[in-house]
Amino acid sequence: MTIDPEMAEIVKVFFQESREGLDAMETGLLGLGASADTENINTIFRAAHSIKGGSATFGFAEVAAFTHGVETLLDEMRNGVRPVTSEAVQTLLQACDCMREMIAATEAEQPLDQGRIATLNSDITHILGERPNEAPAPASSAPNHGAGPAAPAAGPAASADQSTGWRIAFEPVAELLRLRNEPTRMFAELERLGTFAAQADVSRLPALDALDPESCYLSWTLEVSGQIARAKLDEIFDWVDSHCRLEFTTTGRAAAAVQAAPQALAPSVVPSAEAKAAPAAEAERSPPPATVPVQKAAAESGSIRVATEKVDGIINLVGELLITQSMLSGFADGIDPDDLDRLRQGLSQLARNTRELQESVMQIRMLPISFAFNRFPRIVHDLSRKLSKKVELKLSGEGTELDKTVLEKISDPLVHLVRNALDHGLEIPDRRLAAGKQETGTLELAAFHEGGNIIIEVRDDGAGLNKTKILQKARERGLVAADQELTDEQIDNLIFMPGFSTADQISDVSGRGVGMDVVRRNINDLGGHVQISSKEGLGSTIRIRLPLTLAILDGQLVRVGKEVYIISLLAIVETIQVPRERVNKLVGRTEVFRLREEYLPVVKLCDQFGVEPDSRSAEDGLLVVVEADGKRAGVLVDDLLAQQQVVIKSLESNFKSVSGIAGATILGDGTVALIIDVPGLIRSVVNSSGAISAHAA
Amino acid sequence: MAKKILAVDDSASMRQMVLFTLQGAGYEVVQACDGVEALELARQSAVDLVLTDVHMPRMDGITLVRELRALLNYKLVPMLILTTESSAEKKMDGKRAGATGWIVKPFNPPQLLATVARVI
Repeated sequence: MTIDPEMAEIVKVFFQESREGLDAMETGLLGLGASADTENINTIFRAAHSIKGGSATFGFAEVAAFTHGVETLLDEMRNGVRPVTSEAVQTLLQACDCMREMIAATEAEQPLDQGRIATLNSDITHILGERPNEAPAPASSAPNHGAGPAAPAAGPAASADQSTGWRIAFEPVAELLRLRNEPTRMFAELERLGTFAAQADVSRLPALDALDPESCYLSWTLEVSGQIARAKLDEIFDWVDSHCRLEFTTTGRAAAAVQAAPQALAPSVVPSAEAKAAPAAEAERSPPPATVPVQKAAAESGSIRVATEKVDGIINLVGELLITQSMLSGFADGIDPDDLDRLRQGLSQLARNTRELQESVMQIRMLPISFAFNRFPRIVHDLSRKLSKKVELKLSGEGTELDKTVLEKISDPLVHLVRNALDHGLEIPDRRLAAGKQETGTLELAAFHEGGNIIIEVRDDGAGLNKTKILQKARERGLVAADQELTDEQIDNLIFMPGFSTADQISDVSGRGVGMDVVRRNINDLGGHVQISSKEGLGSTIRIRLPLTLAILDGQLVRVGKEVYIISLLAIVETIQVPRERVNKLVGRTEVFRLREEYLPVVKLCDQFGVEPDSRSAEDGLLVVVEADGKRAGVLVDDLLAQQQVVIKSLESNFKSVSGIAGATILGDGTVALIIDVPGLIRSVVNSSGAISAHAA
Repeated sequence: MAKKILAVDDSASMRQMVLFTLQGAGYEVVQACDGVEALELARQSAVDLVLTDVHMPRMDGITLVRELRALLNYKLVPMLILTTESSAEKKMDGKRAGATGWIVKPFNPPQLLATVARVI
């Protein structure tokens, strides 16, 4: 295959499409109940078929050969020849995994895992071999992909191969022309092979008034000389051999007369319907025409595939537009009053347009969470088998959309939570029955909007967390002081502490003590929040709160000295003026203040970032109370400025990562303002003065 | 005027390859991703050749050929089905439905062009 760039693009599309096809196969296979749903099997079959066709076309013979077996098995299932057993489904699922790996390896130009391929191949061959009367003959055709158009039916051409000349008696049935098989075009092909002469027999031609213009009344005697292989002739007549009488005679040196014998040919003209009696019988077995599959529109809602970089480019532009707009609105304050109204009007229109544009562009980045949820039927299927547990997976809110980046990064933590719920949460059937529950446990994944956030919940009706055990373990590890009293909720959330695991034995499913803390950190990095609530014996619910997008933030502008910082509005609980008597200095340098019944550490941005403030004492400034991961702190600032949406510019990619700073943005006046990393800031104070969290609690 | 070909396949990569090959050879190509869409397109404007995959959602290629042949405008239009070598009966199904001929998958661009040249 020539490697011109255009073709390389197409091959890329093929890889992408194959992955989607494999996803569809997997979903289909998991949904395959004991009763084979024709529609579903058809979908699975088509996906396999497309992958086979494409991989053969684009020169990936090994993928094509492997997929051929899969396709054959699916074809038999869809034709009702092969029962749909859970073993076969399991093998097919593994085959999907294998194909996925093969495609990934092919794309990365890595060697294939031949051992695995061979194993699965023999599994499939084994299943196919179980009933020998249905001979699918995959082996004969699979290996010679790319060898050119397969010579029509290997059989008849074998004996008479080559001659220096041929005479062909060609007697078409009247219907020949109806399918647009033009004898003249076929003659042109013959002419290309050698010296060609044709003689028409017009004896069957009726009188003009009886002539049907769509019928063929002529027959021909054709002569072609030159070094010509019989296969070449077969190729030319391949499309019509069921619609004519054909007789090939060699006229050249290898003059052994050969009776033409493509199997359907009788020595005389046979109406086409009869000529195909044999294939017709075969057709009985093919799926009844009534099963023309009606695809659910869900998967193909007219979507386009856009490269993320392109979208990011647009988002960047829209960000610039927002900046221009806010610059203009600042400019409007000092202008001739006569023009002011019109300018204001224009500006408000600009603001509205910009906002709308921004929203619609952001929409491009939004993907339904089903992209992340779709993995779970398979994961749950495999895991529950492995753990001998019965689990029903319920998904809801799959259509809830969130930013592509958030979606990609939430996927792994979700997998971890689901595995945990299956491994530690849900009980084995016996224990469930003993506890008076249904044998089959329920695992629910739900996504929905709440305020400006997306909430994802992982709920199970398993055993719940063992609070005694957790608290005991936390005390053993010194995570909680011996005399410290915790609420139930606080105990539950101890499982997110680093190095915490209550698993009695480490399994390969989950439970090495790394995990929940990583899950929490990943979610926090997304600007999200996770917490668990659990009732012993009834189950657990893990609740993840995520921002809709990482690209734009509703911010509160605050001033410290001459600097302007931005704090996410979502993180701000309230802003207060603090009377002196409520501020206490703890041992060390940290100040805390009492807000109602809670002691909160004071974070002085001036010290944190080394800027000169108007005042260093808490009572002269304002305290912005912020919250992250269930912990609160007061951030001391000189003044509150406007609230506005800001476009987040990465500090890492434009400069370098700075602790306490989540990013930067450009304000209307063109100056750069830093966005405060609230969770990071809180972590830094709480870590440097561990006593505070104990007090605060 | 360039000959117009209706290429029908549910696989985007196959469509693109067919499109790329045929356009490179100077044909005008319209595409559809299944039989239903193809039928709709074919009704709207005339084409000189229909090139269709067999296995597709909503309406397969064989049904598409049958439906098209029943249309007055498509009585005389050549139609080729894209098929795999393993499905000999598909060729016959295609013939019965009214297909002019077939192209055996896998094929490369020169093979596709040679086959198309046999009918238009």
